[in-house]
Amino acid sequence: MQQIAADSVQSEFRRGIQAGMSIAVGYVPVALTFGLLAKTTGLSLWETILMSMLVFAGAAQYISLSLIASGIGIGVIIFNTFIVNIRHFLMSASLNEKMESDSMGIKALYAFGITDETFSVIATRNGKSSASFAFGVMLIAYGSWVVNTGAGHLIGASLPDFLQAAMSIALYAMFVGLLMPSLKKSAKVFYLALVAGSINSSLLLSGTMGTGWAIIVSTIISAAAVEAVISIRRKAGLQ
Amino acid sequence: MNLNMLLLIAGMAAVTYIPRVLPLTILEGKELPPFVQSFLSNIPYAVLGALIFPGILLIKEGDIWFGLVGAFAAFALALAGANVMIVVIGSIIVLSGYLAIF
Repeated sequence: MQQIAADSVQSEFRRGIQAGMSIAVGYVPVALTFGLLAKTTGLSLWETILMSMLVFAGAAQYISLSLIASGIGIGVIIFNTFIVNIRHFLMSASLNEKMESDSMGIKALYAFGITDETFSVIATRNGKSSASFAFGVMLIAYGSWVVNTGAGHLIGASLPDFLQAAMSIALYAMFVGLLMPSLKKSAKVFYLALVAGSINSSLLLSGTMGTGWAIIVSTIISAAAVEAVISIRRKAGLQ
Repeated sequence: MNLNMLLLIAGMAAVTYIPRVLPLTILEGKELPPFVQSFLSNIPYAVLGALIFPGILLIKEGDIWFGLVGAFAAFALALAGANVMIVVIGSIIVLSGYLAIF
């Protein structure tokens, strides 16, 4: 029995690594550039690597660099980091429905690895997800983020221009690839993505709010509104 | 290492970890009302919509065609049933080609 359990933990972890591979590729240009920018902002190699190791949140780390460069106090930078990353609250709550039950310690450990990308990969998987799978996805994504951050600082350059530009599609292409299988099967998924994408676009393009808030607001409205429409139709006997 | 920088990194790490860890640990083993459960299971697809749009169209400043071509490649490959890694690599190749031509 124990042998079987150990085998399934191992293969779940391996499946996680495989599923996280596209994140690892997508993080390369983003992390290299972060390392490079950190260097020009005046962070040492170890400060740069330490930030990537402990924070592991791309958007917030980028914004912190421009705030450091402008000489703003660290309290403001920390507060701003909090605002940008509040959206993970929503992802963590959603992931809780998706994950198998586990001890607090294990959940507290993999909670650290939640990013837009790892969340998307784990949450769009069929059925329940195991902690081993989550660890696999997060470990390969984390490794790519930390190593390439250091490499960007060390080399002091990012990829050749054309490759850097072409690879900027990677994470978006991954999101499309993750969404499509469910979208093909379900009109509900189509409406969820369409409504959130439209609201997010209008909030951002009109300059109403910054990226962090726009994602939270558009996601909440879409997830609630689509669910409300479905339950009203169900009550009216339409479905 | 500069002490101020260490403090900053520690602070950023703490405020980033808090929203990540709270729901997963507090809600463990709790049965939420059905509407809230459905709402939470809708989140991934809504988030993906918001992560894709408008970002995918704006990847190259001042060149909307770059984003459109990339988006088209990604959606076409995904619609054709390619796995995620192929969608990623295929889109990169298409955009490299676009850059080589224009």
